[in-house]
Amino acid sequence: MKHYQLPLAALTAIVLAACSSSPTQEPAPVANNAPIQVQPQQQPTTTTPVQPSGNPFAVLRDPNNILSKRSVYFDFDSYVVNQQYVPLVEAHARFLKANPSAKVLIQGNTDERGSSEYNLALGQKRADAVKKNLSLLGVPESQIESVSLGKEKPKAAGHDEASWAQNRRSDILYNGEF
Amino acid sequence: MKRRNFLSLCSAIAVVGLSGMASLAHAQLSIEISGAGASRIPIAVGTFEGENLLPRTISDVVRDDLERSGLFRRVETGPQPIPEATIPDFANWKGRGADALAVGAVGQSGGRFEARFRLYDVARAQGLEGQSYAFQADSYRDVAHRIADAIYAKLIGEPGIFSTRIAYVEKRGQQFSLVVADADGARAVAVLRSGEPIISPTWSPDGTKLAYVSFEAKKPIIYVRDIGSERRIVLANFKGSNSAPAWSPDGRRLAIVLTKDGLSQLYMVNADGSGVRRISNSSGIDTEPTFSPDGQYIYFTSDRGGAPQIYRMSANGGDAQRVTFEGGYNVSPRVSPDGKTLAYISRNNGRFQLMTMDLATQQTQVMTDSSKDESPSFAPNGRYILYATEAGGRGVLSVVSVDGKTRYRLSQQASDVREPSWGPLAR
Repeated sequence: MKHYQLPLAALTAIVLAACSSSPTQEPAPVANNAPIQVQPQQQPTTTTPVQPSGNPFAVLRDPNNILSKRSVYFDFDSYVVNQQYVPLVEAHARFLKANPSAKVLIQGNTDERGSSEYNLALGQKRADAVKKNLSLLGVPESQIESVSLGKEKPKAAGHDEASWAQNRRSDILYNGEF
Repeated sequence: MKRRNFLSLCSAIAVVGLSGMASLAHAQLSIEISGAGASRIPIAVGTFEGENLLPRTISDVVRDDLERSGLFRRVETGPQPIPEATIPDFANWKGRGADALAVGAVGQSGGRFEARFRLYDVARAQGLEGQSYAFQADSYRDVAHRIADAIYAKLIGEPGIFSTRIAYVEKRGQQFSLVVADADGARAVAVLRSGEPIISPTWSPDGTKLAYVSFEAKKPIIYVRDIGSERRIVLANFKGSNSAPAWSPDGRRLAIVLTKDGLSQLYMVNADGSGVRRISNSSGIDTEPTFSPDGQYIYFTSDRGGAPQIYRMSANGGDAQRVTFEGGYNVSPRVSPDGKTLAYISRNNGRFQLMTMDLATQQTQVMTDSSKDESPSFAPNGRYILYATEAGGRGVLSVVSVDGKTRYRLSQQASDVREPSWGPLAR
């Protein structure tokens, strides 16, 4: 069930991501005007993400597995989970239901524009939106906590749309990662 | 002219206490004045006799204070001290264009200093004001600000704000500091340092405490810190986010924002953290509460209509009325001390700018030509608005007069500053 036919560009991105110190191993998005795309079509989204033996949490860090994708990106002043991230959220819901000991912390973030406090509330809505989707897919509340970092901990330090797009984001962190 | 009683300077003692608690002195903010009001009072502030005993001269600080206000124009006096105890040559000062003249002297006895000053109306050739202050050498700035306040109050007819303090957050790398400084940016002192963000500092109405939000426990929690004793209490640490503290005018309660029941909503809490109760009930974000000066109303930001706008409700809860209607993003309301003007931040064609609204007429005014304005805070005399903005790729603090005629910047090298809050009038 392992797939080795990833295109070279994706492999390069994965290697680069592995070199980064970021806990959420997200390939660096290309700086353009399009929303940052997680590419679920390259991932084995329909397989049950549980390995036959060993640590069941290892799949969370397997770059070939959609569970290694942890970020949901949002439009400006929006807290709607865009359709393209539904497969990602569904995969995490399946994993959480299959692994009741797993817990997630969802951290909502915003870009730097506007007030700290409104952005703190907006980041909370973004975290809650992902939390709500997981709940609707049957994940018990006790496995999910949502918090906001507002605009206070930007992942991308730039002051342009490419950076802002990266910072309008909810991250899914598993126990041991926060 | 009658000399006022010999005032021992309570605030000087208070500030000595403040610097004693200092963990580290910060670089001073510097003043950049751009543009000023047209009808400024020409004033000559003479070099004080004996002030060369001090680290920096009192008369320099007084001149800078008055000039920065935008209401005075400096008439040069030269470096020679002007005798404080003799009647000035009014014809000479009139000839130099001065309407007012301030002179002073500093004396020393047994390790303590005394400063005296007199203010004259040059045209009428009469004394207006005179005071005397005893102080320690390291609090000469307090004396200078007091003298500037006395001159301002006499000639403008409203309280001066030179003795007030400001608080703000400074970021250096990943290090955050909560800083307290004089209103001119001098004597900046970090009262708290953290590797996690600090936001929303706000002064208690009596100026003895700061409420603020810290992420040091990996989530936003509201603390109240006593400036003198360094003691602090957790004001609110509920499940989820705790943020946006705002003091009631009597200092007994704070409006805050909690997410403990799901959405970001407004709650009221006693100043000791007891008696939490919810006061807003919307299906969206309610945040950034601030009291009207009479304590009757709370202005706040809400996206209940689909986009963030400013609303007003009774401080006891109940229905809210929308206050802002222009544009799709209006946040961070602050009401002027006289209750007549609302300052807030609006997104105008992609730029986030400081705005004012006349609450009686709903007339609005764009106050800046910058594009990343945040966190407005009124001076306690209502004449100025302090706000955060960006210049040269870093956060800076700026001040604009409510009439838009005077503006200056409190800038600092090599660090980002943000989230300013202007403290109350000095007691």
